[in-house]
Amino acid sequence: MMEELLRYFASPSNREVLLEQLGQHVYLSLVPLVAGVLLALPLGRIAQRIGWLRAALLGGAGIVYTIPSLAVFVLLPSLLGTDFTSSLNVVIALTLYTTALLVRPVLDALEAVPAHVTVAATAMGYRPHRRFLAVELPLAIPALTSGVRVASVSNISLVSVGALVGTGGLGRLFMVGFERDLVQIPVGIVLTVLLALLVDLLLVLGCRLLTPWERAGRAVIAS
Amino acid sequence: MIEFRSVRKQYDDGTVAVQELSLTVPVGTITVLVGPSGCGKTTLLRMVNRMIEPSSGAVLVDGDDVRDSEPAGLRRGIGYVIQQAGLFPHRTVRDNVATVPRLFGHSRRDARRRAEGLLERVGLPAELRKRYPVQLSGGQQQRVGVARALAADPPVLLMDEPFSAVDPVVREGLQDELLRLQGELGKTVLFVTHDIDEAVKLGENVAVLRQGGYLAQYAPPEQLLAEPADDFVTSFVGRDRGYRRLSFVASDGLVPGSVDTVRIGDTSADVPSRAEWVLVLDPHDRPRGWLPPGAPIHGQLTEDQLIAGGSLYTSGAPLRGALDAALSAPSGLGVVVDEDGVHLGVVTARQVLDILESRRHPAVAEGATQ
Repeated sequence: MMEELLRYFASPSNREVLLEQLGQHVYLSLVPLVAGVLLALPLGRIAQRIGWLRAALLGGAGIVYTIPSLAVFVLLPSLLGTDFTSSLNVVIALTLYTTALLVRPVLDALEAVPAHVTVAATAMGYRPHRRFLAVELPLAIPALTSGVRVASVSNISLVSVGALVGTGGLGRLFMVGFERDLVQIPVGIVLTVLLALLVDLLLVLGCRLLTPWERAGRAVIAS
Repeated sequence: MIEFRSVRKQYDDGTVAVQELSLTVPVGTITVLVGPSGCGKTTLLRMVNRMIEPSSGAVLVDGDDVRDSEPAGLRRGIGYVIQQAGLFPHRTVRDNVATVPRLFGHSRRDARRRAEGLLERVGLPAELRKRYPVQLSGGQQQRVGVARALAADPPVLLMDEPFSAVDPVVREGLQDELLRLQGELGKTVLFVTHDIDEAVKLGENVAVLRQGGYLAQYAPPEQLLAEPADDFVTSFVGRDRGYRRLSFVASDGLVPGSVDTVRIGDTSADVPSRAEWVLVLDPHDRPRGWLPPGAPIHGQLTEDQLIAGGSLYTSGAPLRGALDAALSAPSGLGVVVDEDGVHLGVVTARQVLDILESRRHPAVAEGATQ
């Protein structure tokens, strides 16, 4: 095994392909993550504000998330008229999944903002949009981050499935591994896990930086 | 001035929160809405800044119908202090207070400078201004809440049970602080509470509301305690109302008597008569406690040989303090002090009762006090 690994990494062309696939993987998993967050925020906000849409949005999100990813990858090209191997299919499909996965955490995060804080903000003279951006959204960051962490792991693993329909990413290593070079499978697994851990770490650090008041609170509780 | 003109609030499900109710809050005074939960007091308060719209009737602030103002703009011009302070957890104390000036479009620098001035005004130490609300005590948070409400210098201040979540000692401090601030600022304050003691202490006028949104009585607190309008008000103001009313009775004619005193550090030779209670003072003439009649003194008099004293009565304060001082002192002698806490003399409960009696029957009392 060790020998095979050394042989695999000794080849400059292998290393080049690996880097390219890693880059592809990052692109294919993180672009939908960002797009999904940007879509889920207004949807969660709507679900919070408009009672009858709440059940519809949550139900819809649940259904979307249960559709098998491979089916979506295969169906999207005919629905959208995109090329079968286009990476756009994966980006759109994962954006849908991310959005579906995040609607509820966004809603929960917004509802966790204490009522006396939002009432106070209204009474200070915040109009709804500014109140959302200046008060509710920052306070929702910690709960939101938990949701985004789950979605990021989910995306990074789902991108591999895209390799079955011919898009790039570390999933290619599994395909090639099955066909002719078994050693590429563990390489693919380890890199996928490392990528997921790294993104998760960055999300946790980002959340810490964005919410200094949370640490102040913990210090008080600890003392 | 805030005017409620025949306001009524009925919700879609038929519940009536406020019956047709009219009330005028005079300029520059604290008016308290008090009543049990479900009496519509918070509903009334929130009608002023349009967080709740009346089903009928009108609310006027300084003569203008609030419905003619756009809600957010109206609210920026009206201070609001909420229960639990409602501070923004993600902003420092200073930035919390700077909120409304920022909404008015002031630069961050100007808003913060204004905030710092206000924090000083409400008695919050400067080193706290960069802390987050979670790092403050409940009482400190409420001070920040008051500072934030005052930040844009609004003429009208709405306070919704602002002090109900803090412990009694802190609450009393905050109430005194509010009265002091009001003395400086002279805002038109509408204050909601369920605590009749708080209402009586703070309000120049008190509106007692009854479940279902009825106005039971609207009167100055003294009148409320002396002449409750009906059984509801009588039971709501409570059993001690006769005693509490003494908070509004001036102490004219109360002359402190004298008592034997010794100082901490004196020896038994210095102690005069041992048949009576002796008041023990510190070197600055401030009362420290009592020495019971006949109690032996070993060597120099120290604090641990004393019996703790009762409450102190500051000369000139209403009679309630004098009566309480007398009733709470082990000797039955209420210690009278000046504003610096220096001993002036003692009063008995009998003296207080005589004064009350003499006011009821002026002619009889003439002879009694001479």
